[in-house]
Amino acid sequence: MLCDVCKCNDASVFLTQIIEGKMQKVNLCDACSKEKGVQDPTGFALADLLLGIGAAEEIEKGAPTQKCVVCGFTQVDFKKTGRLGCSECYVTFSEGLGSLLKVMHKGTEHVGKLPQRAFRQIELTDKMRSLATNLEKAVAEENYEDAATLRDQIKQLEHQIAD
Amino acid sequence: MKFNQIMASGGEWLRGEGPHHQVVVSSRVRLARNLRHRAFPGWAKKAERTLILEQIKPRVEELPEMQDSFSEFLSDLSALEKQVLVERHLISREHAAKGIGSAVVMNRKQTLSIMINEEDHLRMQSIRSGLQLKSAFKLVDKIDSVLEGKLDIAYDQRLGYLTACPTNVGTGMRASAMLHLPGLVLSDLINQVIQAVNKIGLAVRGLYGEGTEAMGNLFQISNQTTLGEKEDEIIARLTKVIETIIEKEHDARQVLIQKKSDTLSDQIGRAYGVLTYAHAMTSKEALNLLSIMKLAVDLGAFSEDRRLPIDELFIDTQPAHLQKTSQQKLNAEERDFLRAQIIRERLKNFPKPDMNKVAREPAPKSLPAPPNNE
Ligand SMILES: [Zn+2]
Ligand SMILES: [Zn+2]
Repeated sequence: MLCDVCKCNDASVFLTQIIEGKMQKVNLCDACSKEKGVQDPTGFALADLLLGIGAAEEIEKGAPTQKCVVCGFTQVDFKKTGRLGCSECYVTFSEGLGSLLKVMHKGTEHVGKLPQRAFRQIELTDKMRSLATNLEKAVAEENYEDAATLRDQIKQLEHQIAD
Repeated sequence: MKFNQIMASGGEWLRGEGPHHQVVVSSRVRLARNLRHRAFPGWAKKAERTLILEQIKPRVEELPEMQDSFSEFLSDLSALEKQVLVERHLISREHAAKGIGSAVVMNRKQTLSIMINEEDHLRMQSIRSGLQLKSAFKLVDKIDSVLEGKLDIAYDQRLGYLTACPTNVGTGMRASAMLHLPGLVLSDLINQVIQAVNKIGLAVRGLYGEGTEAMGNLFQISNQTTLGEKEDEIIARLTKVIETIIEKEHDARQVLIQKKSDTLSDQIGRAYGVLTYAHAMTSKEALNLLSIMKLAVDLGAFSEDRRLPIDELFIDTQPAHLQKTSQQKLNAEERDFLRAQIIRERLKNFPKPDMNKVAREPAPKSLPAPPNNE
């Protein structure tokens, strides 16, 4: 059996994984398995390989000409490295990444640890949203006194979020 | 703390005193984290990488767990020193290839190692001896919680922790255990076990990779996915599978003792003979024979106080450790001579294996029954 990556050497490393009930197989030769980092016990995942082989096209579909505003990363770079440029890239390339993550992982949403800082941010954002709704209502009802108070509270909250 | 001190002390996890230490050599949990809106190490220019390093390193060094730590820029370590750290699983091979703009900080006990600017800005790893994934996670989770208060960590409400590679996004966690499975290998059952484990979405690899060919009958098993499952769920799932493998290994050993005692005696006798008398030995041969010696201690053919010297040889006969001990660069042939010499010296006073002492016990019943996944 030939190696899936170089397609010239005999494969000596065989990997299988079930993703959403579909069996995925990758056969690699010694050299390619090393190059793909199969020997790094903490870094390697089969999805990683799939990512290098076919998944780069996935991301391209979502963002044909996009460039990350924070780091300048493009889909061509992703194709080359199989890695993203910065945290904002997840927003920039979200459309293509969505289907990619679905293939790679058990779910599409994080259900684990929540950092305290993010937790606070989420709380503040929620509070902001409810203040904004109330303000809208107050304005609609021509209740200008309440609206002024709400505007002050929003301003204060904006400062808090910026910190 | 100096590099020589790392060489001198074995590190807590190497002493092998954790639960199920006969089969589970070590448990490791690593978390990947990044700074928000900063280029990941692989994409950042040298200047930005250095800035990020200068921002993160002091925060890591001031952790209470990192008092009296070993903290070094990768650019200040020799190739040999980096390789020693790789052989101890304290840094990854990828990190060893890094130079300017990367660093490693580890505690004195070598139970905690933090790589800065590996593939992600932060790769925090905790290692424990035996099967202790839960406590390994607890330690690294605590460090993470402290650091997130001081650093602006990239996190998305939907996707969780954002990592350079999409395969790590979510928890950013990789939990793995190194298992010593000579019984399953000698009984030709190992491939069956590996396939079953792969089927449920876990990865199995050799000691340092080398394809699927495992040296020293050592195998690493770890989670492959990081999104859509809680940290403690991943760890519980992995632990359960490992407990099943432990039981299968015990069963395989009992079958060998009861039905193939001649083969077993032959294997142990050969390992003892070659290790005590050979004058040249490759790293691979040494690991494979030491694995049989370790099994012999487990089974009672050697007394329990012979365990530590064998365990130490697993690490001390690795190429970089050999050269670091001998204080010189050696070619492969010279290493093979020195390796055999060191092994001969350490085993000089080893008695012959006593196969009459090998215990014929029923398989342990204390473990939960294996899940029906075959
Ligand atoms: Zn190949
Ligand atoms: Zn970016």
